[in-house]
Amino acid sequence: MSEPVATVTLTIDGVEVTVPRDTLVIRAAEQIGIQIPRFCDHPLLAPAGACRQCLVEVALPGPDGSLRQMQGPPGRMKPQASCTLVASQGMVVNTQLTSAAADKAQHGVMELLLINHPLDCPVCDKGGECPLQNQAMSNGQGESRFHETGGIKRTFPKPINISEQILLDRERCIVCQRCTRFAAEIPGDTFISLLERGAQQQIGIAPAADGEHGPGDLSVNGEPFASYFSGNTIQICPVGALTSAEYRFRSRPFDLVSTPGVAEHDACGSAIRIDHRRGKVMRRLSGNDPEVNEEWITDKDRFAFHYARTPDRLKHPLVRDAATGELRAASWPEAFAVAARGLAAAKAAGGVGVLTGGRLIAEDAYAYSKFARTVLDTNDIDFRARPHSAEEAEFLASEVVLTMPVTYADLEKAATVVLVGLEPEDEAGAIFLRLRKATRAGRTKVVAIAPFTSRGLAKLDATVLLTAPGEEAAALAALAERAGVTVDADTVVLAGERLATSTGALTAAADLARSTGARLAWVPRRAGDRGAVETGCLPNLLPGGRPVGDAAARVDVATAWGIDAVPGAPGRDGDAILAAAASGELGGLVVAGVGLEDLADPTVARAAIDAAGFVVALELCATDVTRAADVVFPVAPVTDKPGMFVTWEGRPRTFEAVFDVPGSLPDLRALAGIADELGRPLGFRTVTEARAEMMQVGPWDGARAAAGTAPPAKPRRLAANRFWLAHWKLMLDNGVMQVGDKALAATARAAVVRVSASTAAALHGASAVTLTGDRGEITLPVEVADVPDDTVWMPSNSHGSGVLAGLASPGSSVTVKGA
Amino acid sequence: MVSTSSTDGGAAPSTLTPVLTDNWDAERSWTLAAYEAGGGYAALRKALSTLQPDEIITMVKDSGLRGRGGAGFPTGMKWSFIPQDNPNPKYLVVNADESEPGTCKDIPLMMASPHTLVEGVILSSYAIRANHAFIYVRGEVLHVVRRLRAAVREAYDAGHLGKDIHGSGYDLDLVIHAGAGAYICGEETALLDSLEGRRGQPRLRPPFPAVAGLYASPTVINNVESISSVPSIVANGADWFASMGTEKSKGYVIYSLSGHVKRPGQYEAPLGITLRELLDLGGGMRDGHELKFWTPGGSSTPLLTPEHLDMPLDYESVGAAGSMLGTRALQIFDETTCVVRAVLRWLEFYKHESCGKCTPCREGTWWLVQNLAKLEKGEFRRDEGEQILDLLLDQCDNILGRAFCALGDGATSPVTSSVQYFRDEYLAHLDGGGCPFDPAASTAWAVREGVKQ
Ligand SMILES: Cc1cc2nc3c(=O)[nH]c(=O)nc-3n(C[C@H](O)[C@H](O)[C@H](O)COP(=O)(O)O)c2cc1C
Ligand code: SF4
Ligand code: SF4
Ligand code: FES
Repeated sequence: MSEPVATVTLTIDGVEVTVPRDTLVIRAAEQIGIQIPRFCDHPLLAPAGACRQCLVEVALPGPDGSLRQMQGPPGRMKPQASCTLVASQGMVVNTQLTSAAADKAQHGVMELLLINHPLDCPVCDKGGECPLQNQAMSNGQGESRFHETGGIKRTFPKPINISEQILLDRERCIVCQRCTRFAAEIPGDTFISLLERGAQQQIGIAPAADGEHGPGDLSVNGEPFASYFSGNTIQICPVGALTSAEYRFRSRPFDLVSTPGVAEHDACGSAIRIDHRRGKVMRRLSGNDPEVNEEWITDKDRFAFHYARTPDRLKHPLVRDAATGELRAASWPEAFAVAARGLAAAKAAGGVGVLTGGRLIAEDAYAYSKFARTVLDTNDIDFRARPHSAEEAEFLASEVVLTMPVTYADLEKAATVVLVGLEPEDEAGAIFLRLRKATRAGRTKVVAIAPFTSRGLAKLDATVLLTAPGEEAAALAALAERAGVTVDADTVVLAGERLATSTGALTAAADLARSTGARLAWVPRRAGDRGAVETGCLPNLLPGGRPVGDAAARVDVATAWGIDAVPGAPGRDGDAILAAAASGELGGLVVAGVGLEDLADPTVARAAIDAAGFVVALELCATDVTRAADVVFPVAPVTDKPGMFVTWEGRPRTFEAVFDVPGSLPDLRALAGIADELGRPLGFRTVTEARAEMMQVGPWDGARAAAGTAPPAKPRRLAANRFWLAHWKLMLDNGVMQVGDKALAATARAAVVRVSASTAAALHGASAVTLTGDRGEITLPVEVADVPDDTVWMPSNSHGSGVLAGLASPGSSVTVKGA
Repeated sequence: MVSTSSTDGGAAPSTLTPVLTDNWDAERSWTLAAYEAGGGYAALRKALSTLQPDEIITMVKDSGLRGRGGAGFPTGMKWSFIPQDNPNPKYLVVNADESEPGTCKDIPLMMASPHTLVEGVILSSYAIRANHAFIYVRGEVLHVVRRLRAAVREAYDAGHLGKDIHGSGYDLDLVIHAGAGAYICGEETALLDSLEGRRGQPRLRPPFPAVAGLYASPTVINNVESISSVPSIVANGADWFASMGTEKSKGYVIYSLSGHVKRPGQYEAPLGITLRELLDLGGGMRDGHELKFWTPGGSSTPLLTPEHLDMPLDYESVGAAGSMLGTRALQIFDETTCVVRAVLRWLEFYKHESCGKCTPCREGTWWLVQNLAKLEKGEFRRDEGEQILDLLLDQCDNILGRAFCALGDGATSPVTSSVQYFRDEYLAHLDGGGCPFDPAASTAWAVREGVKQ
């Protein structure tokens, strides 16, 4: 039983309402449907009381019980800001609806807000969805006494850039401080602030350190508003003062149609709103889901959506012409037939492996999983288009699939959150914001096993246990004994997918959870990863968490599918599939949404694709895989199909199609076409049908796969003058789903190498370094950080072809030389 | 010894009660030696050896001392709000930002006798169990900052500050902090933000500074004069202090007489003295001129007129007359002064000093200035005059009590009170040629240079 909530009862406009103690009057009024006009108030930000629009008349019971009006100066009713006033027992509130004086006070404030406002609504992005415009109508007057008396407005030069993405029109700004409070409180990116005072007060960025030009215009000399979450300020700005380079002047709100969606850029499952016009996405906004992302999204979720409209988008199926050897356009039926024929032959010539990538909706993932088992008769399927390990596959089967041990809300309640192999600001923005909320509230302590104190970890005030990559297992094993760190039932451990490359780390995390009672969650990077686990896109898992190695589980799924049996031999994982294709052991490949650069060995992968007897590729855009494939199917982007992503928590998130585009078909439709040709129909052709079948197959209620044992630690010896290379993907980098978003790309963090102070000293002040690894070399600017002396860090995919393709193999070391 | 800093012997000893100003004419009065020669730091020694902190709080409570920074909140009560069970350190912050137009008492006090304040700080900090105190001084008065710093240095050297003061086991460090010259930083919560190194803007209350003030710790903020009054109370007792003044406004205060008086300056007298008495002490109005209007406590207190000459200058009486005692900055204007011009100048000050946080003050002062400027120049039609004055009053109605802090409220005082008393003078500006006054006639050099008066 939870504690009963202490409540107070007050009267608002004659209506009694009981609310939890510490409720603000403005919120209490909302409970009974009374809307008090407001600007600075925002339910997720600390109250400011700045705009004074929400004034109401208030009386409080005195010691003798009689009501006493709040006054000031004495004798004069003093209206109170309802956004800062906490409701108390017996309080009597009269809003604009029942108090002429409160109404007058609100009209007075509204009149003043408008005197210096440019009233350029007809050319303002916010016009039509503007709280100032709307509330000026509902709580203001039609005539302007300021104008009548010949008043002169304060003017500013029209918008200035405060980042490459965000523009600020200071004339429109009503200095409500929502943007600055957001920046300070939510992500902790205090790069914007109030400047000047009086009517000149404005939002601004800092002048650059050497700058003489203050109130910073970026183009003049300013330090940008460098935040991964900056776009939220545009959304919460109650006027059109903040706009984005991306959307500015592109459309009017009343011409847009809004469809709710789920962000596809990470495993957070953030609720978004997709605003579109005539079949084109114009912008994306944050949705409002208190259980998941609250009202905030990352800039990537907001601004990165042009990838679906790039010129190299595939529009029709392609087949390799037998005569020319070139890919040529084909009809869908032809492509189905060619693919079916080729796959049948490849199956006979050793089998076909399936690589699915991590960006699929769960329904598509399910289709691949079923296609592999029922059409290709194999467990050779893996969604992990990144370095992975057998230990990880076992971990996913024994610890992750079908579980939901930790929710966002749990992050806020946990006393300690241990992060390992996960930099949440870069890799899972909504987790980062939730952790920041939790740590700011003083409830939660973050402990991170990481190679250096990243900006995100610093903003979480995390205790960072500096750890070279590969040493995570040892760090986890030592964690419970570590002074100052408590790991118990009030602890949550978030293990990032990067741990797959750190031998023993995932097993150590599971052992830690088991021995301490801590709850453990696995946090992948991509939106489709967890759904792929649940639907069995793994060599050791069938749909619904059924272990391949469990005969009863195989019978269960075969029965559900109405077939005799599913293959019982454990499949090859992604690396093994590629190796087998390269050696000719496998006759063919089905590849969906896999970027070769992301794989453990891009060169080997490329060679495998080239060597494979027959390759079917399903992709959004032309890639190295489609160019080498024998049959290519274009597949629909998330806007063109309904679907489901499963969050890192294990929470299903469904969404509807935004557009109905004929010919833009989900992966599962293409698979169904091939399966039909081969006489083994999948049993569904639409997302809805696939989802219904998934639900019907349901979760496995038999025994889970047993916990794996840690593989023997590989001997790790660092040769002299070599450094372990730590790396992860920054939120904004060269990822394919950020293609085409120039302003967004301009806000990405610079690619730098981070070295320890002693390494830097040995470099004698070099401002750039060349890293040399087993796959090449990369030269980048260098910065000092608290990385261990035997480690250097760089972003995985912010430079050239990225670390795995151009510098070093997973878990390897590099040399560092001043450049 | 003369009674005030400015009189040359004309004061009636019965009316003036020089305590804070008593030593201002002593030879090098600002030095430790001079201060101690006059009995300075005796109260401190007495308190540290014989009084418990709570006893000092009780003494200050019993004395009836009310805050001298403007609002007149009982000082002892403020101190007793400090939660002594709060584990955070306690702080004393002295508000020496003195920026209100007309107010000019703290700066001369700190110039003439910085040790009075320093001794007050030590006693007050001891009372509230603070081991750190700050004096936040208006940034422009560099000479005062220097003098305070010198005094603090002397006090450390003499063992009045630092560790284990005079063997009492009590530690206190005192920091002199110079502000950057913003009126709003005199508002106590804006002052705290500024002292913490942030932009000076008022904070939301609650939490009140007594609970979460400087660095979110229990903090007492008092005016220079309030704190400087403490040594005399400790030395002479609460009854002595309470024997002066009126029933609810006890003790002595500094009245700052400025403007069209013969001998402007600081006059220290009990609360309840009248302006007529003070004007007499100050030698009366300029020759040949008469009182037109005055502020009782700075520009934020509504104007009064000659009809209030015999009103006792205490919190209650001035309040009853529709104004406020404020900082007892008596700005005296004779009939050569155009009230519209005076009010416009004040409003330009408020417009310039508005911190910008809240709409009514930020936008309201911007607009009020425009209307007042047009009124002064006679740029409205005569037939719209009444309507414009009503608009002015309505603008003030939309600011007063709606703004976030008292700066916005204060900005309306000169406007509302001047329209109340001088409506016709406003309208006279619209009769043709704009302002009917010769602006030079009100200046100090008008007499010298023979400007027609
Ligand atoms: C705009 C504004 C400016 C103020 N300036 C000062 C000042 O310069 N000095 C001062 O002592 N109090 C000033 N005050 C009053 C302080 O907020 C506070 O009430 C006072 O310092 C409390 O001290 P007391 O209780 O000793 O009077 C100002 C208030 C406002 C609203
Ligand atoms: S830019 Fe918008 S959100 Fe920021 S202070 Fe101005 S009006 Fe408020
Ligand atoms: S009234 Fe408002 S704008 Fe004016 S100084 Fe106070 S907080 Fe700032
Ligand atoms: S909404 Fe309450 S003051 Fe702005």
